[in-house]
Amino acid sequence: MAHVEHDVISGQNTTGHEWDGIKELNTPLPKWWVYVFWACVIWSIGYWVAMPTWPTTSDFSRGMLGYSSRAELDKDLVSQKQARSQWLTKLEAASVEDIAKDKTLLNYALAGGKIAFGENCSACHGSGGVGVAGAYPRLADDEWIWGGTLEDIHQTIQYGVRNENGESRQSEMLAFGTGDVLDKTQVDQLADYVLSLSSKTPAAGSPGAAIFEERCTACHGEGGVGTKELGAPALNNNIWLFKGDKESAKQGIVNQVTKPRHGSMPAWAGRLDAATIKMLTVYVHSLGGGK
Amino acid sequence: MSVFKHHAKLETNVFLLAVGILLTVITGGLVEIVPLFTIESTIEKVEGVRPYTPLELAGRNIYVREGCYLCHSQMVRPFKDEVERYGHYSLAAESKYDHPFQWGSKRTGPDLARVGSKYTNDWHTRHLVNPRDVVPESVMPGYPHLMRPLSFNDAAAHLKTLRIVNVPYTDDQIANAKADLAEQVKSDASEAFLARYPGARVGDFDGDPSKLTEMDAVVAYLQILGTMVDFTAVKPESIRR
Repeated sequence: MAHVEHDVISGQNTTGHEWDGIKELNTPLPKWWVYVFWACVIWSIGYWVAMPTWPTTSDFSRGMLGYSSRAELDKDLVSQKQARSQWLTKLEAASVEDIAKDKTLLNYALAGGKIAFGENCSACHGSGGVGVAGAYPRLADDEWIWGGTLEDIHQTIQYGVRNENGESRQSEMLAFGTGDVLDKTQVDQLADYVLSLSSKTPAAGSPGAAIFEERCTACHGEGGVGTKELGAPALNNNIWLFKGDKESAKQGIVNQVTKPRHGSMPAWAGRLDAATIKMLTVYVHSLGGGK
Repeated sequence: MSVFKHHAKLETNVFLLAVGILLTVITGGLVEIVPLFTIESTIEKVEGVRPYTPLELAGRNIYVREGCYLCHSQMVRPFKDEVERYGHYSLAAESKYDHPFQWGSKRTGPDLARVGSKYTNDWHTRHLVNPRDVVPESVMPGYPHLMRPLSFNDAAAHLKTLRIVNVPYTDDQIANAKADLAEQVKSDASEAFLARYPGARVGDFDGDPSKLTEMDAVVAYLQILGTMVDFTAVKPESIRR
């Protein structure tokens, strides 16, 4: 069937296939390709011996070089820690206040804090700490719910707010408007008064003022200045944590008095190392007028 | 060379070629796959990995249904940069009860292998309803339909099916599957439930305690991811491969 011919022009034989007078040359593979191919085959035999390759019945061949990707990683992490140790040891030893005072250490911590913030904190608090209206507090301002000193921020980041961690910040606002504590009119009067607190002229002497005095000052303080230890936000400014975009400030207050919402934040101690948490602390403190 | 002449015979005979291919694939399978059934070191011996609770499992099924794996991997690889960003590299043991595993191969979004406990339930719910509400630059689609009620009459059947592929669900767990699913969203979940599923997060997950929704299930699942193994108690040498 096949008739192999010698092609004079190329010096090669044909495969013997012919279609309408067109014949196919049987050109051999280039020499360099064949050599590389066989070199790879020989290399692979060496690789079997040197590296972990073959499965056995209950284990696998470890290879003479004893390579392990996880052991390599452990080595990498050790050398990375060494490379950073000049700063890490200082960060671990220093208090957050000391870090803030030492200019070179502070610069290092701010740079590291920014990166850690992007990965861990910005999901809720937004890039650069702008927060989410009606949900998560803005960090880029000088209003702090649980305190804005370095020590306060450090504590909050380590243990979080209202989570399972035993050290986490805890407090609960009572649902004044749902039970028989305050009726609808009283809630309305109270909301009017709370709203007036953030203006220059609080409506002293109004019915709402009396309710506020009786029910709210224990946590939110006289004149609604807030109490950091209880996480009771200041009410004498125009910063509202749980006011949605579409509702008025007054509606937001009514909602919170009727059916209080409570923010929660995870504890980061354990997930992040101590040095990273300190870097985050000074970074967050730097965002917008930490106290 | 005579060997290549035989090769021509193989290539020009469809039947011989099919047999040849079959033999090659079988050999490859025997060498590469079968040993995994007997190699004891494939799955690291670590404490803490338990089968999913019925609610977490329902969430996992929704995760698969919605194709989350198309954009999110669940595999922190043993590289310095990944470990620094996501946490400890993933172990085979951590997905030993996953059928099918959700390691994935594409990261349009971040890896989720260690997302459990990283954010609050509230954040997950908001983010799933409309990611741009919390992360303005996000390209993830919203899943507001997850706020619909979860249908879970088949809770026990899912556990039973997984037991066929060696997930060690007990008779007790299967018998109580449906009740346990509803129990997990109660903040005062029973001791019996917690004994069956140690370390399970309980309480409302989606911010609406009046309804048991698909969101409850998905968030319960996300919050357990990568949290079962306590790595402070694991010796690095014991899991090196």
